[in-house]
Amino acid sequence: MRLKWAAVNKFTFTFILLGAIIFLFVVIPLVRMIVASDPTLLHDTLFDDEVRNAILLTLNTALVATAVGFVLGVPLAYLLARYDFPGKKLVEGLIDVPIVVPHTAAGIALLFIFGRNFFGGKMFAPLGIDFVDSSAGIIVAMLFVSIPFLIDSAKEGFKKVDVRLEKVARTLGASPWQTFWKISFPLAWRSILSGNIMMWARGISEFGAVVILAYHPMIAPVLIYERFETYGLTYSRPVAVLLIIISLLIFVVLRTLVNRGGGNRGGGK
Amino acid sequence: MIAVRNLYVDLGDFTLHDASLDIKPGEYFIILGPTGSGKTVLLESIAGLYTPERGQIFIDGREITRLEPEKRGISIVYQDQVLFPHLNVRDNITFGLRLRKEKKAEVEQVLAWLVKLLDIGHLLHRQPDTLSGGERQKVAIARALSIRPRLLLLDEPLSALDSENREAVQQELRRIHDELGVTTVHVTHDFEEAIALADRIAVIGNGRVQQVGTPEQIFRQPNSEFVARFAMVRNILSGEVVRDGDDEAGFKTDGITISVVTGLDGPAHASLRPEDVLVSHAPFPSSARNSFSGTITDVVDKGSVLYLTVNVPPQFVCLVTHHSFDAMGLGVGQPVYLTFKASAVHVF
Repeated sequence: MRLKWAAVNKFTFTFILLGAIIFLFVVIPLVRMIVASDPTLLHDTLFDDEVRNAILLTLNTALVATAVGFVLGVPLAYLLARYDFPGKKLVEGLIDVPIVVPHTAAGIALLFIFGRNFFGGKMFAPLGIDFVDSSAGIIVAMLFVSIPFLIDSAKEGFKKVDVRLEKVARTLGASPWQTFWKISFPLAWRSILSGNIMMWARGISEFGAVVILAYHPMIAPVLIYERFETYGLTYSRPVAVLLIIISLLIFVVLRTLVNRGGGNRGGGK
Repeated sequence: MIAVRNLYVDLGDFTLHDASLDIKPGEYFIILGPTGSGKTVLLESIAGLYTPERGQIFIDGREITRLEPEKRGISIVYQDQVLFPHLNVRDNITFGLRLRKEKKAEVEQVLAWLVKLLDIGHLLHRQPDTLSGGERQKVAIARALSIRPRLLLLDEPLSALDSENREAVQQELRRIHDELGVTTVHVTHDFEEAIALADRIAVIGNGRVQQVGTPEQIFRQPNSEFVARFAMVRNILSGEVVRDGDDEAGFKTDGITISVVTGLDGPAHASLRPEDVLVSHAPFPSSARNSFSGTITDVVDKGSVLYLTVNVPPQFVCLVTHHSFDAMGLGVGQPVYLTFKASAVHVF
């Protein structure tokens, strides 16, 4: 329903007012930071190797985390959408825990597994993978805190696919694998992609878990924090502005791509 | 030849007990039962989409109980909305053929045959969400036939259609079956649909197969209260539609001709609800086109109402209240007149 001025009464007016406050609360700091920054300083920051490396590292590690999350998360999402089993509620609840725990705590928990003297660290050591102060550590931290977004979104996508479509495909001669790739996956694709974007965005913005596992090499959020601590507001702001602009651009482009052509076409009831 | 032996399915809130059926080659077999009687589970078990706890399924003497659905050559048509929404009509229909990596010429040949059979050539490039219910159902049938199945399963294929499409698709189903001779198992909760289409009917209820027989046997000799409840809600007559003039249709059965309103011709069935029949001592002038005299042969007291069986012949079951029954002094052996409107008779 389209909101018309003539239809604005006390009720809608109150809601509009409250909605406007929270909207401006989100938008004003972002806009002000971008508008108020010194263009020359911004320009210099862009050509600061340390900043550029940090931003590229952030984007790349978040991308790898998303790729790992995709390979391992989509099958779980499918299982959760299709089958009932004892303890399913528990699994679903636990998968969402990374969203609610403080991320520094998550980082410490990960260190207990992937630290050099712990199980995970020892397991990967022969492969030459070290999780402390390395890209691998950043990826693990990002993966941990952002995987719920992908699994939840993909699960909802699979749920919208009518299970009878899969059944019909089977009777027409499709194996379970063919059914998944030709029916379930394409029909849930938009939700999966949207979950991937959320996961990537969440990875890019992660600070707490990463900083515990890998202060170095420095991802952009850590760099912002370090510059703020060392040089103060003036020198941390341009980096922050750059990261905000880049994240926004990527987010807008990908969102547009996903939304084009509408939502899921699962055809479910 | 399909044989189902002692199939047992447990769905938590519902179980199907020891279902056994024998379906003959080329038969149009209907499984009739109320909603929630496990008809769909039975179909999906036959198709291999549901693994039964106990029991066996045979096709042509070979056990297929644990065989994967894609290896059975049994296709299924569901009630509604089950075309692949991301594929156009053509790709929906050829889905199974393309999976089998059939040659392009072969795919085209089968497609052309199905297009002709179902008259759907104009739909091939459409997306499923732009089709009407009847068109969707035709495409679903074409897709199911594309793999030339040994057995065609239909799960309430008419229930989601409006009355106009319903009649058209119903005739289509019978025509396709007769033309191809494909063994068909169709489940429905609609008694008239079952009578109109089936060679044989299995009535299923309370998690059990209650009776198997021809339509005549089911509605003439129901073997249990449960089947009778299904059958007795209506007077079912078999006969033939004849036409006097242009719009005057008559239904000939047992030597009488009943005025009816229908677009059908030739052999058919007619149903009439017991509550639509007026019982009187003498004929009376009214707008109702049908009036017959007969004799009461049976009275069944159902509490607040009574069911009278009146032999004209044929036999009609009529419903009267206790009050009318007493006031009119009705009883077995009495002659009465039956009056009902032509529009109260449903021909199918």
